[in-house]
Amino acid sequence: MATAPLLGQRIKRKEDPRLIQGRAHYVDDIKLDGTLHMTFARSVYAHARLKSVDISAAQAAPGVVAVYTGQDIKGQLGFVPCAAGIEGLKVPDHPCLATEKVCYVGEPVAAVVARDRYVARDAADLVEVDYEPLPAVVDPEKALAPGATVIHPKLGNNMAFVATLDHGDWKALDADKSLKVIKQRLINQRLAPISMETRGAIASYSPGEDTLTVWSSTQIPHILKTQLAIMSGVDEARCRVIAPEVGGGFGSKLNVYGEEGVACFASKKLGKPVKWIEGRRENILGTIHGRDQINDVEVYVQPDGKVVGLKCRTIADLGAYHQLLTPAIPTFTALMILGCYNIPNVFVETTGVFTNKMATDAYRGAGRPEATYIIERAMDLVAQELNMDPADVRMKNYPAPKDFPLTLATGVTYDTANYPKTLKKVLKAAGYAKLRKEQERLRKKGKYLGIGLSTYVEICAMGPSSRMPAGGWEYGSVRIDPTGKVTVLSGTSPHGQGEETSFAQIVADGFGIPFDDVTVFHGDTFQVPMGIGTFGSRTTAVGGTAIYQAVEKLKKKMARIAAHKLGVKPSELRFSDSKIQTADAANSVSFGEIVGEAIFAKQLPPGIEPGLTEQCVFEPANFTFPFGAHVCVTEIDGDTGEVHLRNYFAVDDCGRILNPMLVDGQVHGGLAQGIGQALWEELVYDETGQVTTGTLMDYAIPRAHQFCWFDNEATETRTPVNPLGAKGIGEAGTIGSTPAVVNSVIDALQPFGVRHIDMPLKPEKIWRIIHAQRAGG
Amino acid sequence: MIAQPFEYHVPKTLAEASRLLAQFGSDGKILAGGHSLVPMMKLRLAAPKHLVDIGRIAELAYIREDGGKIQIGSMTTHYKIESSELLKGKCPLLPETAREIGDAQVRNKGTIGGSLAHSDPAADWPAAILALDAEIQASSPRGERWLPAQDFFVDLLTTALEPDEILTAIRVPELPERGGDAYLKLHQPASGFAIVGVAARVALDEKGSVHHVAVGVTGVASKAYRAAGVELSLRGKSPTAKRLEEAAAHAADGIEANGDLYASAEYRKHLANVYVRRALEKAVERGGGRA
Repeated sequence: MATAPLLGQRIKRKEDPRLIQGRAHYVDDIKLDGTLHMTFARSVYAHARLKSVDISAAQAAPGVVAVYTGQDIKGQLGFVPCAAGIEGLKVPDHPCLATEKVCYVGEPVAAVVARDRYVARDAADLVEVDYEPLPAVVDPEKALAPGATVIHPKLGNNMAFVATLDHGDWKALDADKSLKVIKQRLINQRLAPISMETRGAIASYSPGEDTLTVWSSTQIPHILKTQLAIMSGVDEARCRVIAPEVGGGFGSKLNVYGEEGVACFASKKLGKPVKWIEGRRENILGTIHGRDQINDVEVYVQPDGKVVGLKCRTIADLGAYHQLLTPAIPTFTALMILGCYNIPNVFVETTGVFTNKMATDAYRGAGRPEATYIIERAMDLVAQELNMDPADVRMKNYPAPKDFPLTLATGVTYDTANYPKTLKKVLKAAGYAKLRKEQERLRKKGKYLGIGLSTYVEICAMGPSSRMPAGGWEYGSVRIDPTGKVTVLSGTSPHGQGEETSFAQIVADGFGIPFDDVTVFHGDTFQVPMGIGTFGSRTTAVGGTAIYQAVEKLKKKMARIAAHKLGVKPSELRFSDSKIQTADAANSVSFGEIVGEAIFAKQLPPGIEPGLTEQCVFEPANFTFPFGAHVCVTEIDGDTGEVHLRNYFAVDDCGRILNPMLVDGQVHGGLAQGIGQALWEELVYDETGQVTTGTLMDYAIPRAHQFCWFDNEATETRTPVNPLGAKGIGEAGTIGSTPAVVNSVIDALQPFGVRHIDMPLKPEKIWRIIHAQRAGG
Repeated sequence: MIAQPFEYHVPKTLAEASRLLAQFGSDGKILAGGHSLVPMMKLRLAAPKHLVDIGRIAELAYIREDGGKIQIGSMTTHYKIESSELLKGKCPLLPETAREIGDAQVRNKGTIGGSLAHSDPAADWPAAILALDAEIQASSPRGERWLPAQDFFVDLLTTALEPDEILTAIRVPELPERGGDAYLKLHQPASGFAIVGVAARVALDEKGSVHHVAVGVTGVASKAYRAAGVELSLRGKSPTAKRLEEAAAHAADGIEANGDLYASAEYRKHLANVYVRRALEKAVERGGGRA
């Protein structure tokens, strides 16, 4: 009898014992002999000219080995790279250490290298910088106004790019007087990713061999290797990047940072390993931020609730410099702005703006949470305006399942979906009709229950190389050693998601061998020859497929060897129960025996190379488009404006589910982050460009006790884009939940005629609305 | 997040701690759990040259009954108070307050004495200590003295302790007959500190009227305070819902409220009214009355 397939099972995570028991190795756990420690003196001004940087006192501090400024690295260390390709994009020089001026609070001004990190930190305070303060450009709208201070004078003004997507007959729409046009400004506030492990790197240069090895807390070791080779001038063949255990990233480690470059520079200069570990405050100031868009949206809707046009003017606050993908992120918002609805006319104008802030870049969802927020708030505004049920408005505007693949006015082709199914399922789970009745009852008693819907679609499994800045394929290889143990290498770089487990499920199922016989490695560019990395919910769908196909290649080879031995045709053979056998099990040979045949090569059929190793570089034909429907139930305290989460129902469709436990984990974490944006999180710069939420005492990341139970279910609409049928689930929770919460709170406040409140929905904002009404009425 | 250099001292006795403190003068700082001081040091907002860790002085960690009152050693952790059966029975306001402090890690390490001596304007203990009319023991080589809670909190991060004094104990009265306590709090979502925290103790007489009421408010002003106007308007009255609401409207009378990213001064004052009313309702109900 065949063993039960592992795929689809709640298999416990291979990586958990070492993580839970604290026996895993993160960058800071790696100790190399002779390591020097680096820390940075950072700008305290948002915008200032550097008149002088006096490092003499820092250099003289006992234990300090070297101090570098922007002048020291000039011409010897390349700029921080930006890979985004947008027509007409302005790219300012982005030195790893400030040279002429500083453009945001926290910008590295000098690097101090010392015998230990304590000495380095103390000496960083001895770097004397003479700043000539310049006016800080904080408000992105004012930054675009004539006469605004220009952050990068060489670029002429603060406008980094304007990208326009226009597909619509606006004349006809504007002439049609039966249409209602609903307008609303929505603000998607700036957030800090706050991964549990901050950034960090060790650069170790060996002068004799001219090799550079970098351990970095990164999501993209291969891209980082290429970029650090370019920046540091070490031949890429002699560069190695290792992503050891990485404690979360949420997109913030999908980047190449100046600090990593300076670590390489310092190690090259000093011939010793140089370690830099970011502190939490630095993490909030100097690691990329997310979101930060102003979206002016206009919806054209028929009296029956059918939406026929959507316009959005987006101002994206990019910060002072581009990081790896900074300007690309808001363009994802434009691509996904139609959400689950086949709206025939669309116009999106996206303006990227430089301000005196840290760069924004990919943060869990990366442009799609903003898109979903825009379209899902818009749908609720339509419902409110037309006095329709929000669920009915959505149903009215969904394409039918048979319409897929579906190319929208945005030019994006959605692979496959069944939106009515997920919505119906979540409404049933939530007891929607009953909730509406309860809401009615409570309102009569002066109590405010909110029921918020969000139905999202996202763009995942990034992606075809033609649509990506630096390749969208992924690498996977599978090797079987003489003892029958299987080594899997992946070019992805999971950092908490659990693919060591799901990849092993794919391989063990493919070969019909025990799960424990499969070991997955990733993250070391010397071990894994090529790769793109982990981001954009791509690891399982793209990286997993590469491994799946490598397994299939190896199985073909093994079947040929087994067929030769058994005297049958390779096509007759199946892999199960650690055997290779005919379908009727009449003829069989053990998996281990064929491994021996293949490797020791005593009686191989002609034309077969010895050894069992195969690789695959999988190039997907398209993105995938997971979707889902969420219902958030809130209660508002009418006296204080406090929002209490009562229930959360989520039905997510990520295509085929390889491990439901991993999917649940991704959904739960995603919901927490998305709800966090709706209710609590906001990275605030004051009018002088100082960060007023620079510690976790001020910046409100969500805590477990703040949440209600998450009732999550799934539907499975498999994608045809890859043979696994998997779409990706890493960002779905974040994308779907934010508008569900906001819609819920606004719904609760309907008795007060509330149209919109910007996030985060702090109690005071809600209280002011209620209070004003009560005082007035 | 690395502090400036400092020397760390671990006295085993109170006498040794006092001696060290005298020796270091203004260069010395007491460490009593470290959940406020250490973050300030890591942010380089505080840079004491000598830390005198009194957290391991065994004689300062206890909870015991003492002549109709309960005395708590200053180095008793929040968790010990939260989980004390003695306190749950005889002074439930303290465990109820402890439960609202920080998170499990903070409650396991932070101490009541450390928190009180730090006098953070949004800390939880000051509200409860005020509502209980607690007494605070200060010890120095010059001897011991007991300060009433109302005299203890001077201003933002400032107490009535002299530089050579160590806060060594807190003494609180037991819950009286027909008495009820309550602590209610709106958490600042990032820090967990109080945007507003209200501790109330109410005792009713045989007819059900209020014969004792004390309300401590934290988070609203530069220091925790007693809501005297609330107390005045309730004392001797029957605690009807309407009267509690009217009394609670005095929660921030004459108070200059703080404003920050999470709550403006105006909103804080409003919250003080709401939370005082709710705390009073709960305390009255627990005291056997009906709000």
